[in-house]
This record gives sequence, structure tokens and C-alpha cells, in this order.
Amino acid sequence: MRFSEQFETRFKEMLTHYPTKRSALVPTLLYAQDEVGSLSDEVIGELARRMDLTELEVRNVISYYSMLTTKARGKFNVQVCTNIACMLRGGEELLEHCERKLGIGHKGTTPDGLFSLEEVECIGACSWAPAAQVNYDFHENLTNAKMDQILDEYKNKLNQ
Amino acid sequence: MATLVSHPDEVRVISKRFGQGATDIDRYLQLDGYKAVQKALAMQPDAIINEVKNSGLRGRGGAGFSTGMKWSFVPKQSAKPKYVLCNGDESEPGTCKDRLIFEHDPHAVIEGVMIAALAVGSHTGYIYVRGEYRYLLVIMQKALKDAYGKGFLGKNIFGSGYDLDIHWHGGAGAYEVGEESALMESLEGKRGIPRIRPPFPAVVGLWGGPTVINNVETLAAVPHIILGGADWYAKLGTPKNGGTRLFCLAGNLNKPGVYELPMGYNLKKMIYEVGGGIPNGRSLKAVVPGGSSTPVLLPEEIDVAMDFDSVAKTGSMLGSGGVVVLDDNACIVKFALRTMKFYRHESCGWCIPCREGTDWLEKTLIRFHSGGGVTKDIDNMYYLSENMLGKTFCPLGDAAAMPTMAFVKKFRKEFEDHLDGKPCPFEKVGEAVLV
Repeated sequence: MRFSEQFETRFKEMLTHYPTKRSALVPTLLYAQDEVGSLSDEVIGELARRMDLTELEVRNVISYYSMLTTKARGKFNVQVCTNIACMLRGGEELLEHCERKLGIGHKGTTPDGLFSLEEVECIGACSWAPAAQVNYDFHENLTNAKMDQILDEYKNKLNQ
Repeated sequence: MATLVSHPDEVRVISKRFGQGATDIDRYLQLDGYKAVQKALAMQPDAIINEVKNSGLRGRGGAGFSTGMKWSFVPKQSAKPKYVLCNGDESEPGTCKDRLIFEHDPHAVIEGVMIAALAVGSHTGYIYVRGEYRYLLVIMQKALKDAYGKGFLGKNIFGSGYDLDIHWHGGAGAYEVGEESALMESLEGKRGIPRIRPPFPAVVGLWGGPTVINNVETLAAVPHIILGGADWYAKLGTPKNGGTRLFCLAGNLNKPGVYELPMGYNLKKMIYEVGGGIPNGRSLKAVVPGGSSTPVLLPEEIDVAMDFDSVAKTGSMLGSGGVVVLDDNACIVKFALRTMKFYRHESCGWCIPCREGTDWLEKTLIRFHSGGGVTKDIDNMYYLSENMLGKTFCPLGDAAAMPTMAFVKKFRKEFEDHLDGKPCPFEKVGEAVLV
């Protein structure tokens, strides 16, 4: 199992930050997922070995954190917040709009593997609601039209 | 990234360097950066703690506990290493202030952690950034690297003979990890299951060592207190509630945004003047004053000073600074339901009253909102919530119960209006909410 050089450098450095190896687990899982696309059996096995944990212990941690997944998502994961502050400013309608536009529901992925959609809990954009994240990018003060434009931009990014 | 706002009533302490390019360490130095920690290095640890105690600084994560007092609980002598942990797992719905601090003034957070470490005699600090805030983790990683590059961190900081390391740490999506004991579990590479207390983290924390855990905004205030003095800081606020606070105005407002206002600023003024009032000619229905876990206030209850003690007198809490405003078009049952959906999703399942209570309440609210409620449900929701209070390891159970009890108590009529299969009176049929 090979990760990028950047991953390996960061991993090595992180291990020096804590008195126990497993302390680096949560951020390492997220960085691994970013590179591989999901926390596959192979990734879990590799990280368990490196951190002197059983695969079960690693899976136990994965299932707790909402951003960690063992199933691959689309290239662009659209995460629409519908929590209270966003809800009051149209977050639910925005999610419905994305469902119609992409033709998928919560945790679905488009057949071309380009987009997946998630209804998420508060992302810390309450004063700029409604808001969404596409992968790690924040998009705020959204409208349906703005969202359409954003999704098209991601699509075009890939074609370039 | 997030848009900055301003209002003449603002008193800029924490937000002084917002928009000033202070993520750059040289710019931060020009703006009085790393002066406070050098001053603290010349002070006795007890003097630092006293200064923070006297400033009236109270935990900005929401609990409002005296920061100086918290630091004083850390034993002077410890066989195990002591730690400082900065809680940047901001995720209480309605709250988006720590994000701005990380984005605009990351070195102030580092400097705050440094001063806390000096005060309690710790040589290792961690800055935990929630997983969703990846761009802020990148900013923090660079800031730490730059601070090491200048010799401000590492061995013999500022030639004082004191060694101090501070490391970044990233989360991966979990509200509960914002609770201090769950935060430590997460940092140790585990599920964020809360620990029973006592022992408190100040005595037995990270890897068994004494640990100080403070919110981002709390720590960012510390350098200003050390430089400006406890008296100056205390006088910015109200008695026992020192300083300023970042208030996140959200919901049905004309000018939502994060504003820095003195502690004790009037809530009514905050909504109508700072926040620009309610849009579209609508009127005010309710306010959630400090994040989703704080009990809702009615329009007649909002003439209140926004400090910990005054808001507590109304039966609610100042909480995390997230002020969510509801206009008269908002359905309280729906709002209660969305709040509960969140807590059900975030409950880790460790404590039965929280795990079962949030699930049961969500199911009841879904049924109730869709017209399948019976009169008995109303009292049941209150009774169920009441029985979750104080019966869990961490306050997530309380956070779910407290707002529900207030919704039922203060808006009983609205719950009754949903009875007998009647459609929700606020259902937006064919109305475009988004502009």
C-alpha cells in the first residue's frame, strides 16, 4: 500500500507529536481517505499495522466520525447544511434543489461518479446561511441559481 | 473566506486583527504579536493566573467557567506531563466564530496556548481543529511552522530556557468531541466517548496527565488580557463577565454576521440595531440566544444583557454566542424537530437516557409535525426531556433536553395547533423561500 510522499512525511512527523502512536489515528484516517477515496480494507489493514492496532479497533473509530467512510463517494461531495440557521434561510429547499438537479438523494452518487450528495449537520457557516461544502470548500449565502453555477464550475474543472 | 461585517457598537479586541493579514507572522509581529507571551515569560505562573482570574474571562465555548480558576486547578507538581488543549471543534449549531479567529488570527490562538502553558507549567500544547475546517487546519499548520521557524516554539523559547511544543490536530466530524472529555478521547485516537468526572481533566486528562482545555476564543483573548491588563479587560464587560464576545447573528435577520460586542450588550438592540432587524416586514417570534442547546426566548424576554449571569436569570444560557433569530413564519414544532434530529444524529449512544431519549423525541416530533400527534405527546416530550437532564456522562443529553422543554413550555399552543391531523399551519406551500 503506497501513499503519497506528502502523506508519509506528515505521518512520520505526526508520530513525534504524541506519546502514543494511535493518537495520530483520526487525522491520519482522514488524510488517507482524501488520497484513496475511501477507507478501503487495504487502507484499514495498513493503518492498523502501522499503529499497532487491530483492524477492528480502526473500524470502531471510523464508524464514530461522520466524515470518515468505507464507501467511495463521488469526485465532488456536495454537503448541504440543513441545521437550524440554514433551515431558516432555505437550507432544506437548497438540498431538494440539489437532489433534483443531480438526480440523487442523501448519500447518493451520480452514475458517472462525479457528484455525491449529503445532508450534513452544522458546518459553522450560520451567519452566512444557507451554506454548503463541496469537499472542503465552503460556499455561502447560497441560492438555487448560485448553487447551479457552483456545480457547473466543478464539472467544468474536471473537463479542463 | 467568510464575509466580515462591522457595526459602530463593536469593541474590537479578539477581532482587532481580522482582515489585517495577520496570518502572516511578520504582519502579526507588527500588530503587537508575540509581545504578550514575552511579557508572560517574565511573570510568575501565579501572577499570570491571577491576571486572567481578575479579568473576568469566562469560557467562551459555552459553559462560562472562569478561565483563571480552571487554570488554578492544575496541580503544581505532577509526575506525568501537563498539557494545554485548545478546543477548536466548533460545532454547536448557530456558532461560527472560532472559524473567523482561525482564519484571520491563528497566531493569537498559538500565543494564547503558550501563555496558558506558562501559567500551568506545561511544555506541550495541542490545537484541535474540526475536520470540516480543513482550510483552517492548513492555516494553523503554516502558522505553527512559522512560529517554530522564528524560534518562538521549541527549545528555549525567546531565550528563556523554557521549552514549549505546540502541535496541530485534526478531527473528522463529530459534535460530541466538542465536549472536553470526548475531545481528549478523540485526540488519543479513539471514538469520542465521554469520560466520567471526577477526576476532572485539570487533574487527570490527556494520557493521564493534568490538562487545561479551553475554547479558541477564550485562548485568543488571553494575550490581549496580558498586554492590556485585567482591569482594562474586565471593564469592557459587566461585573464578573469580563471583556467582549464574538456574537454570531444568524437566522431571520437583515444583517447576519459575526460581531464583537461587549459582554452584557442588550439582546434586543443586538437583534434590531446590530443585526438590522427582521426582514420582509415580518415580526420576531423567538430567539435561541446561545447555540441550539440553549432554551428559546420569547420576544418579551429579550430585553436582557448578554452576559452569562443575566441570561441565566431568564432561564436560558449565554452559551456559545450563536444567536439564532426566528421570524413569525417559522414553525416551532419543525424547529424543535430539526434541533432534535441533530442531537439524535450526534448522540454517541454511550448513555442510555441520551441515546434512547433523543431517538424517541425525534420520532415523536416527526409524527407530531406530520399531523399524527396526540395531546398526550406534548406532556410526554416534556417528561421525557426532564428525565434526560443530568443523567448522562457528557452534557449532550442536557443539550437535547433543555431546548425541547422550553419549546414545549413556551409554545404549547403551537404544538396544539398541530393536533387532530391538521396540516402544519406554517407549511410553505408553493412559496419560494430562496431569493
